Amino acid sequence: MFTRKYNYWLFIAPTLILLAVIIVIPFIIGIFYSFTNSNGLTASWIGLKNYQLLLSDDNFLESCWLTILFSLLSVVGINVIGLGFALLVTRSDNYFNRLLRTIFFVPNLIGGILLGFIWQFIFIQIFQAFGESLDWSWLKGWLSTPATGLWGLVILFWWQMSGYIMLIYISFLNNIPKNTIESAELDGANNQQIFWHIKLPQLAPAFTISLFLTLANSFKIYEQNLALTNGGPYRSTELISMNIYNTAFVNYQQGYAQAEGIVLFIFVMLVSFAQLYFSRKRES
Amino acid sequence: MKIRPTKFLITLFALIAGVVWIYPFVIIVLNSVKTKNGIFANPIGFNSFTTKNYYQAFQQLDFIHSFWNSLIITVGSVFLITIFSSMAAYALARTNSRLNSSIYYLCAGTMLIPFQSIMIPLVSIFGKIDFLDRTSLILMNTGLALSLSVVLFYGAFLGVPRSIDEAAILDGASTIKAFFMIILPNVKSMTGTVIILNAMKIWNDYLLPSLVINKDGMYTLPLKMYYFFGETNSQWQLALAGLVLAIIPVIILFVLLQKQIMQSAIEGAVK
Repeated sequence: MFTRKYNYWLFIAPTLILLAVIIVIPFIIGIFYSFTNSNGLTASWIGLKNYQLLLSDDNFLESCWLTILFSLLSVVGINVIGLGFALLVTRSDNYFNRLLRTIFFVPNLIGGILLGFIWQFIFIQIFQAFGESLDWSWLKGWLSTPATGLWGLVILFWWQMSGYIMLIYISFLNNIPKNTIESAELDGANNQQIFWHIKLPQLAPAFTISLFLTLANSFKIYEQNLALTNGGPYRSTELISMNIYNTAFVNYQQGYAQAEGIVLFIFVMLVSFAQLYFSRKRES
Repeated sequence: MKIRPTKFLITLFALIAGVVWIYPFVIIVLNSVKTKNGIFANPIGFNSFTTKNYYQAFQQLDFIHSFWNSLIITVGSVFLITIFSSMAAYALARTNSRLNSSIYYLCAGTMLIPFQSIMIPLVSIFGKIDFLDRTSLILMNTGLALSLSVVLFYGAFLGVPRSIDEAAILDGASTIKAFFMIILPNVKSMTGTVIILNAMKIWNDYLLPSLVINKDGMYTLPLKMYYFFGETNSQWQLALAGLVLAIIPVIILFVLLQKQIMQSAIEGAVK
């Protein structure tokens, strides 16, 4: 079908042109930007100065640290909850499996802005109300202290992502041959032994996929951050994406913000290479 | 059979988890039909009922307009994504050359670039040629989604036997026509996945539209929701009714296509 060169290029040209215009060219220009002091209107070359300034910029370093902390809490929580859900809804002869799967997955359909506002209401109004009626003071004043603000974002992300990660674990659990489990049962293995020695090893690829998927998503989180706390209180929940956005479009330090964007790109690259390394290692 | 108390406890635990997980939705809907004073007095109980919130939120959200903007942007983007990515993936999957595999890796490689690393130059380039509107938003959505979609289609086309190509050529149809009439229908399930994954993502997107669209009347639903929330000024009854209105279209779609949507979510992650 593609013996004629003309057809081949006809088929891939639209994709190549759009990828070039929307991603590749802006990316290359972006690298150039990061060596300038652009404010959106004028720019002059300042070499590596942006990157040097980044290393001593407390706000940026704080954002990086918060993003890493947020990502770790998210990745661990989402995978523990997701795997737990997957095990809960894949037991045989359970009447509620389908209903529960749906309930756990639904938050994943909602956009980040809506999620942020939903949880703003829950943390501010509902937590407060429960805190007062149960007399539990730890439920009061959520989102108004740095720690509860970040935990609020973590809880929101658990709620959003766990059901999605659950689906990945379910699809791997369903691929475990039934007779493997049955013969283990015949050999007298109990449920715990079956989980640790049969199910868990089979889930190894699901772990790699889920861990890196949640990691990549939490690195880039923005909308939930904006709608839930908008970085507050006192920039204590301003993650890296929001820092880039505010630097570029609120303070108009676009060259500087672009240098931050390149740092984020390097983070994401490292994570992706780590993923590639781990999945290759397992396959061989 | 002996009675298994642990089994009962696990089921109970699962149900409690389900209740906790759905509670945010329940409490949002519950409070969206209460009066301002009702929410203020007690946000966890049911003490008042009104439908006025919905009426007002519907108008302030400019719901029909915002919904329509979201719809044309999503449909337009998904249409272009599906057409372009399936064509490219097919040509890449059917050609063996060093150039071909370099192009494939270039396509796949652009997936690694986070949007935040290109948004500043992207918006600045399109701003300089004064091309920031719904059309350019559709083109940007398409460009940003192509790499993942090409990779997904590529995998699917590798599973289609080459004998089908020959049948298509013998038929005497033009190459493009043959592709859409004879080849593409072989990967219906992957086409569904690409459509669903991209539609959900674009429908819910806020960051890119917020950078591209700056005129009232062109706002998408998430964009309008963001501004509306600011306007409500902690009148939660209005904000919540607006939130429920914005969620309803997605839930309706999910009820209709539940199986396909969940299947797509898995395929998008695992492939």
